[in-house]
Amino acid sequence: METLIQQTINGLVIGSVYALIALGYTMVYGILGLINFAHGDVLMVGAMTALQTMLFLMGVAPGMSPLVMLTIALLVAIPVSMLIGFTMERLAYRRLRNAPRLAPLITAIGMSFLLQTIAMIIWGRNYHTFPQLISTTPLQPVEGVFVTPVQIVIVIVSALLMIGLTLLVSRTRIGRAMRATAENHRTASLMGVDTNAVIAFTFVIGAGLAAVAGVMYASNYGIAHYGMGFMPGLKAFTAAVLGGIGNLGGAMVGGVVLGLVESFGAGYIEHLTFGFLNSSYQDIFAFLILGLVLIFRPTGLLGERVSDRA
Amino acid sequence: MNELAAAVPWLGKRNPLAARWLILILAIAAPLIAWQFGRSWVRILDFALLYMMLALGLNLVVGFAGLLDLGYIAFYAVGAYSFAFLASPHFDVHLPFWLILPLGAGFAALAGIALGFPVLRLRGDYLAIVTLGFGEIVRIFMLNLNYPINITNGPQGINMIDPIVLFGWDLSRNIRVTEELSINSLFLYYYFFLAFVAGSIIFIRRLQISRIGRAWAAMRDDELAAKAIGINTRNMKLLAFALGATFGGVSGCLFGAFQGFVSPESFSLMESIAVLTMVVFGGMGNIAGALVGAFVLALLPEILRHVAVPLQQAVFGHVLLDPEVLRMLLLSLAMILMMLLRPAGLIPARARYAHPENLHRSAAE
Repeated sequence: METLIQQTINGLVIGSVYALIALGYTMVYGILGLINFAHGDVLMVGAMTALQTMLFLMGVAPGMSPLVMLTIALLVAIPVSMLIGFTMERLAYRRLRNAPRLAPLITAIGMSFLLQTIAMIIWGRNYHTFPQLISTTPLQPVEGVFVTPVQIVIVIVSALLMIGLTLLVSRTRIGRAMRATAENHRTASLMGVDTNAVIAFTFVIGAGLAAVAGVMYASNYGIAHYGMGFMPGLKAFTAAVLGGIGNLGGAMVGGVVLGLVESFGAGYIEHLTFGFLNSSYQDIFAFLILGLVLIFRPTGLLGERVSDRA
Repeated sequence: MNELAAAVPWLGKRNPLAARWLILILAIAAPLIAWQFGRSWVRILDFALLYMMLALGLNLVVGFAGLLDLGYIAFYAVGAYSFAFLASPHFDVHLPFWLILPLGAGFAALAGIALGFPVLRLRGDYLAIVTLGFGEIVRIFMLNLNYPINITNGPQGINMIDPIVLFGWDLSRNIRVTEELSINSLFLYYYFFLAFVAGSIIFIRRLQISRIGRAWAAMRDDELAAKAIGINTRNMKLLAFALGATFGGVSGCLFGAFQGFVSPESFSLMESIAVLTMVVFGGMGNIAGALVGAFVLALLPEILRHVAVPLQQAVFGHVLLDPEVLRMLLLSLAMILMMLLRPAGLIPARARYAHPENLHRSAAE
């Protein structure tokens, strides 16, 4: 029973991070039909920038309160990530908008590796300890079940951001422009929507969310390095597909479901396979789910889009 | 070969026959030239040939059939591990090379079909990401299948793999001709691999202009239309995956035997991406493109290693970018810039069957 509750908590925490990243994927896919492979690496840049900022702040003002420090780090990391998202779209993806679909995909993979390489040049190849400014001493709400404050913060912050984004898309003018552009580019631009600006905005918002997700991800595990974004990026894409790509609610649901599946999978795989497989196989669940969803329900849990995009 | 000859600057257009001979002579003399610069360069050439085979195989899948496969390196891994299992002290099995090669190729082809079946309905980006997942799953298994039963020996990999022995003739030993002169084993491997690459080129060339190759081209350009004219796209896709995987498996076998050691590290996603970059860089759907792309991108990092490191030391006094970083930087920039500036690659495919207008354009030139 304790294991069950514990795994549910772990799954919810990691799932809400996946959901946050998945939002960026799904927005870009909904509007451009592009899998932005580099999205996970934007997350990494966000986390690394935050790390750098914190290290700097610790140097100049050692007595600063952790919460203020984390806020400042986020305020630096978010614009940096946004700038990268914007630059990527402006320099590479915009020029390929009417190219055959293989071209933007390959460019996106290239972008992902380029960001990793640049990060490798700046921050080296080693794993860095990420300062855990929010306490990681576990609380014990139920006997045998542990929750750390940082995990609670992660869930709350992601929930707030998701609500914010939902409001942005459903209530504001730019949100309506985004929906219109996703529906049909040309018609939207005929109706007076500046689709280029909307697409750039989408990339920027997605990158901002990724930066927050990156900081949370790194805070949770306490480490950061140049390749840390790739796996969560792929998993977030899986989450987006699982929920129905192009669908904001779907991304959130997909993220949480994926987090839970992964967490339960890692927790129980050893029993299920009689000790043959163990928790080091954790990463295969996302890929298996991805394959199964695409084969049996390509529209995802909540989506209505077709899978036959080439 | 014609495409390759045409790609030779200056000579290619004026005298294709001479260009063809030039390529042949260069291919045969390459290790002799490389030897002048040092032993390691011959070794690099050997690896370049393996990459060429990989690129040829991936080109079959991506360029001919239009199926973007990001897990291609998994088949290379299947080939290499087959060789490691069947010819090393790990299981204490030592089968002869000519038995392992078809077995390795067969296992890889089976893996290709195993991947192909579930993803038949997918195209484009979705296919790309599922194949990527497949590659990662294979890698995770290679890393972890050392417990509770030790199959792959985990991250340590398998070493002491038997060298290639052809009818009692060990390729890993230098041949002594006279007292002073002996032929280095790296040369033997080079010509052996070269034979494989040449065989692959001939096979793929025949395949490209066969019914199968044309069916692939039709499927790549318009799947629905291809179906409508009676092409069995399911079988064609499976065939593409299986054949592509076979090439991966064969080069994996050769790699395992040549290196004498395999570990999951050699089969990371980065390698899949590297091979894809070679194909894209050279020009998709085009044998010469795959060959040139593989050759250039396999050699360039090595050249950089020998040039950039001393250069940086001379200019900055220390090494700013180590060769591995340079390699990644180069690959990623190659992908991005190539797509932006020259999406058809270094040597664009002529796509004779798919776009008749291209035929007229080249006729008008």
